[in-house]
Amino acid sequence: MSREAYQVPSLGGGNAFSADGGATSTEGGPAVAYLCGECNARVSLKRGDQIRCKECGHRVLYKERTKRMVQFEAR
Amino acid sequence: MAPLIPSQAELDRRLIVDINPETVSNIPSTDFPGHWPGESHEWSLDKFINSFKVDFHRNEQFESSFSLVGLDASIANAFRRILMAEVPTLAIEFVFVNNNTSVIQDEVLAQRLGLIPLKGSVEGINWMRWFKRPTEDDPESGSSPSDYNTIVLRLEIECTKNPNAAPGEQDPRKLYKNAHVYAKDIVYDPVGRQMDYFTGDNAIQPVNPEILIAKLRPGQKISMEMHCIKGIGADHAKFSPVCTASYRLLPDINIQRPIIGDDAKKFAKCFPRGVIALEPVTAEEAAKKGSGYEGHDGEMKAVVRDAFNDTVSRECLRHEEFQGKVKLGRVRDHFIFNIESSGQFDSDFLFLESVKVLKLKCARWKRGLTDLMR
Repeated sequence: MSREAYQVPSLGGGNAFSADGGATSTEGGPAVAYLCGECNARVSLKRGDQIRCKECGHRVLYKERTKRMVQFEAR
Repeated sequence: MAPLIPSQAELDRRLIVDINPETVSNIPSTDFPGHWPGESHEWSLDKFINSFKVDFHRNEQFESSFSLVGLDASIANAFRRILMAEVPTLAIEFVFVNNNTSVIQDEVLAQRLGLIPLKGSVEGINWMRWFKRPTEDDPESGSSPSDYNTIVLRLEIECTKNPNAAPGEQDPRKLYKNAHVYAKDIVYDPVGRQMDYFTGDNAIQPVNPEILIAKLRPGQKISMEMHCIKGIGADHAKFSPVCTASYRLLPDINIQRPIIGDDAKKFAKCFPRGVIALEPVTAEEAAKKGSGYEGHDGEMKAVVRDAFNDTVSRECLRHEEFQGKVKLGRVRDHFIFNIESSGQFDSDFLFLESVKVLKLKCARWKRGLTDLMR
């Protein structure tokens, strides 16, 4: 399968990346916050943005931890 | 036929477990019916009451040592095992992590938290009921958290820079605020009737406030809620109320032939200090023919002063000069218990709890037997 023929599968809403559907649009989409791997600054990126820290130019960004509660057993 | 009465020497022999240079012999107890022809050995409560002895050596809040004399190894061992595995205590069981940006992973942190020994009003802990965990087949079968089965603790902490730190400061504890998270940072949140029991000094709190839980750097935070339940050591070691609970048998040193002079000094060195003492041979002993002391009037002989502190290292059995002169052993029915509490209960109270648990087990067993008869 050639790269051009590949279609990003639609997961039916809720997903930040497929929210606006078509693969051609580079504008819009919700901003997702990341943390810089170098300076720990918060970086908001939209779809199509260059993956780069706006403060220090570092190219490794991490996703933020989930806001949900996580349950563990203390054993 | 009248019951045979064994000689005192024979009874003494039966009481000692022999410790030989490389083996241990005369191990099993034989005081049960049918072992010695013609002897009774029937278990009787009166005989037990008359011969049983309890003797405390030390009794501090969290460590006690005492002797139980005149009971069978099976019972002594039952107490030891119950102490470790079946006396209920309180420990953190469920951890709800809202946020944890520290370097220590959630599951590792949860496991560490579980192992922190907690203390609180004993009355309150006894009032608390079991929290029934849901089974795999039926997730609805567990009990719901209530004031009588769950203790809620919270840990909310964030590390920040310390603006007042001296320039060039290297110690992270001074450079930052809350760089180290300790057990004392855990806050107890009483609910419902718990307020009647766990107030003031009786509140649920870690026994050792200085236990290090995690290390933080500025900007990192931990926010979690912990639910503690009652459990037993058989389920998880964190529920065990004792650090160590062990017993040993009273050592017995029997000097059968005289050890005199330099040999006596060497003999004393084979044992921990204070176990063997040196005494002069009396004129009376030296005068007695066949005692082995003839002509040694005034010389030093080795005598057993305090076998209690002996470690039974068998060192004396390695030396040729003591060959055949000494017998080592342990007294079969003298159990020296050592109980070290992890802090939730006093150590002497713990032993009584183990007796209570054994009693409950016996009652259940008896009920089962009556059901069988029907």
